[in-house]
Amino acid sequence: MDLRASPSDEAFRAGLRAWLDATLATLPPEPARDDWPARVAYDTDWQKRLFDAGYAGMSWPREYGGRDAPPSEQLIFLEECSNAKAPYVGVNFVGTLHAGPTLIAEGTDAQKAAHVPKILRGDEVWCQCFSEPDAGSDLAGLTTRAERDGDHYVVTGRKIWCSFGQIGEFGELLARTDPTAPKHKGISWFILPMDLPGIEVRPIETILGSSEFCEVFLDEVRVPADCLVGAENDGWRVTNVTLSFERGTAFVSEMVDAMRMAVELAPHVHDPADRRELGHVVAEFDALWALTKRNVSRAARTGDTGLGGMLMKLAYSEARDRLGELSMRVLDRGVFDVHEPFVEERLRTLSLTIAAGTSQIQRNIVGERVLGLPRERAWPAPGTEG
Amino acid sequence: MHFDLTDDQEALRDGIRAVCQGRFPSERVREGFDRETFDALGETGVFSLIADGFSWADASIAFEELGRAVVPGPLVWGVLAHGLVDGVPTGLDRPAPGAPAMVEHLAAAGAVLVLDADAVRVVPADAVAGVALDWPLDPLTPVTRVTDLPTGEVLAGADVTRWRRAGAVLTAAFQVGMAHACVEQATAYALDRRQFDRPVGSFQAIKHLLADALVRAEVARTAVHAAAVTLDDPEVGDLDRAISGAKLLAGEAALKNAKASVQVHGGMGFTWEVDAHLYLKRAWVTNTAFGAPDACADRVAATLPGGA
Repeated sequence: MDLRASPSDEAFRAGLRAWLDATLATLPPEPARDDWPARVAYDTDWQKRLFDAGYAGMSWPREYGGRDAPPSEQLIFLEECSNAKAPYVGVNFVGTLHAGPTLIAEGTDAQKAAHVPKILRGDEVWCQCFSEPDAGSDLAGLTTRAERDGDHYVVTGRKIWCSFGQIGEFGELLARTDPTAPKHKGISWFILPMDLPGIEVRPIETILGSSEFCEVFLDEVRVPADCLVGAENDGWRVTNVTLSFERGTAFVSEMVDAMRMAVELAPHVHDPADRRELGHVVAEFDALWALTKRNVSRAARTGDTGLGGMLMKLAYSEARDRLGELSMRVLDRGVFDVHEPFVEERLRTLSLTIAAGTSQIQRNIVGERVLGLPRERAWPAPGTEG
Repeated sequence: MHFDLTDDQEALRDGIRAVCQGRFPSERVREGFDRETFDALGETGVFSLIADGFSWADASIAFEELGRAVVPGPLVWGVLAHGLVDGVPTGLDRPAPGAPAMVEHLAAAGAVLVLDADAVRVVPADAVAGVALDWPLDPLTPVTRVTDLPTGEVLAGADVTRWRRAGAVLTAAFQVGMAHACVEQATAYALDRRQFDRPVGSFQAIKHLLADALVRAEVARTAVHAAAVTLDDPEVGDLDRAISGAKLLAGEAALKNAKASVQVHGGMGFTWEVDAHLYLKRAWVTNTAFGAPDACADRVAATLPGGA
């Protein structure tokens, strides 16, 4: 058990730092959050620069243009980019971290050829159409229908929390192809060209007053049958395959930023009780940084982060909440202004305990899959009156 | 970088765990600590790990297992003072003049190690005057209220700063083991205990309590491993910050998880018969040794800008 970086990791870090130093100086100014065309231009330009320098697709296989880097280099890449305040993955999020890996794992040769290289170069922006108004934590209960009609599927339904819905050229779509099968067995995964007739996208105004998510209405949208990824009714498995691409680095950028914010807040924390709370929060971030190294080490050895990967989101989102509340207390009357970065971050990070599996669902998963506790009985329980 | 247990470390962990299961079941643990316990532990090699060339990371792995079994005794002092004093060692921080001082396991001890600002000093146990508490909080940790603590002799070859750091790491490791044992014991009870025609562990109110306890124990374990690795190889981090953070989180995990275990056991958790109270009481008393939680949090904060 050690924490020493290998010479090859150090060499990778040095090369990346030099490239970041040279490249970040040449970037245009960051666009406003609500200027979506400018955000697309800025984020895809960054993706192209990464691609040209060989840093795109750190975890992707080489045959698809990726770097196939060991988990330790993936960790260093994210750590250094965050430390240098390099642009975030931004609008490339769904494509590079979810749709691309899914197509690589499950797509046909034609599907891969059509999309994978473009995603990696930043030439194609994707959005996600998974959740529905009545299918959130219970995602497999989704009811958007896809009915086969000759060479097409006819899709009707409503999707919500679609990240980048207003700008995505393609969407990852989950729809029900067999309403008679058990709920996990009748879902299929589709590539959804977002310019098809019958698709209406409406931005959702979030707690930040911006529109990071959209609602997507699908009214008899005719999706070509060759957009089906994997087998019909096998979409639940296809969705979960992508998760195995994650090698313990999911919260690295978040955590580097959180630690930087804690350090930036520190000079303003004078009250002894607040300073003690700051020490507590930073001790937790330090521990979670160590847990990241634990997960990455385990992934490098076994391909799986194990228990630590399951715990990370739960633990990080709670620690981040503590930092958020501390910062609001320290700002005192400064909390009135959302332009104050700590205020904006306090609002943004409220989503951490909700998005991608609420903390309550995460606790169920830990309790049932790790501790082996039984599932709660179905409601209404058999033999009881509703 | 391989920040995970090596095959040898897994074997060490399994070996110490097997020893604890064989020689320190609950009935034996409840008999308390004496010279015989000390010798039995000495035979397993846990006190001589560092002297035998093992790392602090290895020693912390062993102490995690001792904590899991809530083995009684001045175990941390057994490692720190190994080979340096005769008889069972115990110890304490030098109290401020006039302040009350408590020393654990004095009756079984041969030597009392005193951590001064400048050195470790040793006092023969029979030279320490005090009154043994007739009702100590932790029934397995007898305590003496010291009325006279002689200055003692400087212990050659003992670096007081290193002792404080290593003592904090081993205590924290012990606490992590306790925190994990509490999750395991409470989970077993939640699977077995039935109310409303179902195991109580199926209720999310119980499940979430246990899930949070597991998260705390696992995060604290990682912090302790990082602190131990940094003690072995100080160039990889900020040693005092790593140790203070680890001791803080481990102490919190031991205490909160023991309370969770009492709660999950319900009425039985309030009885002498169930082990949950032994873990809770040890969590409280170990939090007073080698860095109390608040002091640890303050020390982490002091490493940040604006600190004193």
